[in-house]
Order: sequence, then C-alpha cells, then structure tokens
Amino acid sequence: MFSRDTWQEIFLTIRKNKLRTVLSGFTVSLGILIFVGLVGMTNGLQNTFEFFFSQDATNVMYVFPGRTSIPYKGYKSLRRIEFENDDLADIKNDFPMFLEYISPRIFRSALVKYKEESNNYTTIGVDWGQQFAEKTIMMKGRYINQEDVKNKTKNAVIGRLVEQDLFGSMNSMGKYIDVGGSVFKVVGVFQDDGGDNEERQLYIPYTTRQLIEKNTDKIDQIVIGFKEELGYTGAMAFQRSLERYLKDKKYISPDDENGFFVRNVADNLKQNQDFAGVLAIIAALVAFGTIIAGIIGISNIMVYVVKERTKEIGIRKAIGATPRSVISVILLESIFITTISGFLGMIIGMALLSTLGDKLMDDYFILNPGIGTGLAISATLVLILFGSLAGYVPAKRAARIKPIVALRDD
Amino acid sequence: MIEIKDLHKSYKMGSNSLHVLKGINFSCKEGELVAIMGSSGSGKSTLLNILGMLDEADEGEYILDGIPIKNLNETKAANYRNKFLGFIFQSFNLINYKTALENVALPLYYQKMPRKQRQEKALKYLEQVGLKEWSHHLPSELSGGQKQRVAIARAMVAEPKVLLADELTGALDSTTSYEVMDLIQKINDQGNTILVVTHEPDIAQMCKRIIHLKDGVIVKDEKVKQVRATANV
Repeated sequence: MFSRDTWQEIFLTIRKNKLRTVLSGFTVSLGILIFVGLVGMTNGLQNTFEFFFSQDATNVMYVFPGRTSIPYKGYKSLRRIEFENDDLADIKNDFPMFLEYISPRIFRSALVKYKEESNNYTTIGVDWGQQFAEKTIMMKGRYINQEDVKNKTKNAVIGRLVEQDLFGSMNSMGKYIDVGGSVFKVVGVFQDDGGDNEERQLYIPYTTRQLIEKNTDKIDQIVIGFKEELGYTGAMAFQRSLERYLKDKKYISPDDENGFFVRNVADNLKQNQDFAGVLAIIAALVAFGTIIAGIIGISNIMVYVVKERTKEIGIRKAIGATPRSVISVILLESIFITTISGFLGMIIGMALLSTLGDKLMDDYFILNPGIGTGLAISATLVLILFGSLAGYVPAKRAARIKPIVALRDD
Repeated sequence: MIEIKDLHKSYKMGSNSLHVLKGINFSCKEGELVAIMGSSGSGKSTLLNILGMLDEADEGEYILDGIPIKNLNETKAANYRNKFLGFIFQSFNLINYKTALENVALPLYYQKMPRKQRQEKALKYLEQVGLKEWSHHLPSELSGGQKQRVAIARAMVAEPKVLLADELTGALDSTTSYEVMDLIQKINDQGNTILVVTHEPDIAQMCKRIIHLKDGVIVKDEKVKQVRATANV
C-alpha cells in the first residue's frame, strides 16, 4: 500500500489533474481557514470581555456604615453606625482564613496646591490593600505601604491627572504639595483604567488622615479583599458571617438591614462568569458549525471526485486492478491532498489572526484574536479524517461497480 | 482454449426478466480468430463480457485454458483479467491524463512489475503497433486509429491468453478500420487467440471463423476463408 510505485502513481494523478486537486485542496483549506478565523474572533471577543471586566478586583467586599432602623438592646433606632480602627483589627483577627487584605477608606475633599496651581480633589485615606481592590497601576514611585500607615507619614500618591493639572509637564516625584493645609510629599503617581474621575484622586495613609482630624480612630468604609479560592459560594458565606459578626459587635438587631451595607463584587463576578460562559457556548457552537460545514464541503468534493473517476476506475478494473488497489489509490490521494491543504489553511488562518492584534478592538470589540494550536491541529485532523471517510465510502462503492457498468458509453 | 457449455444470462428489468443468452455452447482453440456477429440485442456483447469476466453468467460452464471460471470474488477476477485477458473497446478507454506509454504499461503496474522493466516492455509493444514515436503523447493528441493501436498494445502487453475486442472498429472510418484489422491479423498470425465482436460483415470476413448470434442462441458457426486486410488498404 505504501510502496514507492503507489506514490508515484498518486503523484502522477495529482500532477495531471491539477484542477481537481486545486479544487478539493481549496475546499479543505477554506474550511480550516474559516474555522480558525471564527474561533479566533470569538476568542478575541472573550478577551475584550475579560479586559473590560477585570478593571476592579472581583474578590472584594465593601462595607458602608448606615443608620439603624430597629431599636435594639436599649439603643434607639436611627442611631448612626461608625467603624473604628479596632473593627479593622477584629475582622483581621477573627477571619484570617478568608482575608487577603483589609483597608479602610476615608473620603475627604481637599484643596490641593502646588506653587501657583491649585484645585479641589478627593483624598482617600487608605491602607496598602486598597491598591489591589482598585487594581491601581503605579506609573511612578510606589503606593502607600505599611510603614506609611504605622508611622503616619505625610506621603501622598497622586493620580495621573492630578500630576498633569498641578505640575504640567514637570515631574512631581519628591515634590511637596499642600493638601488642605498640610504638606505632603509625592511618593508615587498612579493610573487607573476606571476613568478620569479615578485619576483625579490622591491616596494618603488613613492613619495620617486620622491624625490630622484630631487623632480620631473613625474610618468611613471598610474594604475587604477575600481569598479568590473561596469562589462564589464561599464569598457569599463569608459575607453572611461577617454581617452577623458586625451586627453583634455594633449592637444592631439581626433583622436590621440598614445599620450598614455590604457591596460584594462576587455578585458581579457571578454575572460576569455567567456571561463569559454564554460567550464560550457561542464560541463552541460556532466552532462546531464550521467543522460540520467543512466536513460537508469536503464530502461533496470527494463524492464528486470519485464520480468523475468512475470511468477511469472501470478501465483500471478491466485491465486488472483489484478493488483494494483502487480504494487505496483514491484514499491515499485524498488524504495527501487534505493533509497538505488542511495544514496550509490552518497556518494561513493563524498567521492572519496573529497580524490582527488589537486592530479590531475599537470597532468590533475583538482583542488579540487567536486559537490554541492544539485545537487548530485537532480540527484539521478531524477534517482530514472525515475527508478520508467521505472519500472512502464512494471509493468503495466505485471499486465494487462492475467494470462493464463503469465503461458503458454515455 | 475457451470452453462454454449451456451458458444462460438474464437481466432483471424491474419486474420483468430479460433472457439474453439462452444456452450458448461454444469452444475455440488456441490461435483462432473468431468473429461474433449479430444484430443489436442478439447478446453478443453480453457473451463477450462474460468471456471477459466483466460480467457473470447465471448458469453454465466456462473453462478458460483448463481453469474453470466461476464464483470469482472481485480480487480473483481482477487477477485473472490481468493475466489471461486483454481488452480492446470500441471507445478505446484509454486513461486520458496518461501518456500512450503509461497507458500501455498500466496492466504491468497491476502485475507489480518494476517500473523500469514495465516501461521497456510497454515501449516494445508500442513499437509493434508502430507508435514508438508517439509514446509520450496524451490520448487527446492521437488520432482514433492511433488510440486504438495504443489500446491494442495495452491489451497485448501482459501477454494474455485471449484478446477480446468489442466493436474495435466501431468508431473508426473504413481505411483506419482495415489498418487496425491488419494489425489484429498480424497478431493472430503470431499465434494469439482473438475474439472480435462486430456487426460489420467485412470485418467479420477478415476473421477465420464467424459465429452468428440471434436472440441469445448461436444460429450459425462457420469457418470462412480469411480476407487479408492488407488487400483493402
């Protein structure tokens, strides 16, 4: 079956029947090309989706203070709830297996001045963990660190647009700015994908903010980063036990929903994951559909090829070709053509995708389209397999036709 | 060489059955040149196809050079065709994308003869039919007579026991027909057994024996005085 003679016969047939060869090869190449293209584009869509929804961390919970609505344990309703430093410490101590980091957020508006330039910005007193909750990207310098918090340093991290407003084209690093009457040293500049608003903010150590405000220990909000391994259900369970814990600690009725509020990003995460799942299903359907279409295309061309060769098969049989030799020649020829052109189509498709990059990002929301090499190769192999199978069935039938029928003049 | 006893063949056409051969008895010795004549529908092509193992008889015996031909599977039939028989068709049936030489060498390919040997032998037979210079031409570049001569070379190349020709001059003009018949006669002179199916009396007269077929039976089996084709060229 694999003798040199057989292959010479096959190559001769391929060379002498260029149109047929090109036609069937083109079908296979096109099938694979479309498959690679469509799957790549869907992957690009998924990339865009991930890009958009990965701006803020998804394993974060925000706790906001409120006012009680139910009298409880001798306290009247409408009592204002406030969080303090020891709340942070207690949560840190009592939920170590859930926590990744914890940070307060104290929002204060302040007039910020540098030389002649001044403007009103939001300053946020934070701990180091806040950087991960916002996924803040440092352009220069560093973020607020544990030393800053411990020593209540007057260091500030300013947004990209704050630097632009106050310093123009100058470098702000190491310069001193006036924040609401206190002098802070700029230790870092950040950018944030969340938009211009977030880049018009300043981060300072929350302990410094408390020191300025007469050494209070109040904090506005609590940001809690939990371990990603918790997953959706784990995060929800953590939220429930945290709520119970805080209500108990702050003497809030278990039935009171207004003492404080918890915003859990895990909820959004769930929705995002669901949407990503739908996208993945669509991608799988597209892939499956194109593979089926490719198989049908190849089957058609194979049936046509064998049909076209019926007479030749009759002649060969009349002069002594066995059914086996007829089938093997047709089959090897079709495997050879589909393999070469299949991998050609695959390589062209992957090369095209890799040149696209983010060119389609703005208009079509397709980012870095691409396809896994393993998937592309297995799809190509599937097409080759079915192409051969599609060739085998009519070839077997053709080999069984009586030569007299095949040779009948038409 | 060929022994046929009580051969029957019928074709099913829907619910009807068409009885084509109704008991043919016939034998032919080595070196004979036999014409099978008859009007269309007389069963002559069916007989030739059965002799050529392209078709199977329903009933009866067929012995080719002492070998009983029956219950053949496809592969065995293919091997017998390859070794024992050479076919010449009305429409030549050359493979159109192969050169004359490749067409002639094809039966040897199925005998698994090495390529070089195959081509030498094919060239020898092409030379015998006078087409050595045309060996690398495609069938489309040859005239009808040349094509038929290539087909004859292809039928001869495997050195078969019997040559079977089905209306081999049917697609040729009379001059070319006589040239081809001249070649057939010469091959027969070398001792080859040849069966020719024809409905042209002048072609039949160039054989040594004529079998007349009518409605599926042999009505007449006569030895004739051979007319040499050269006389007509």
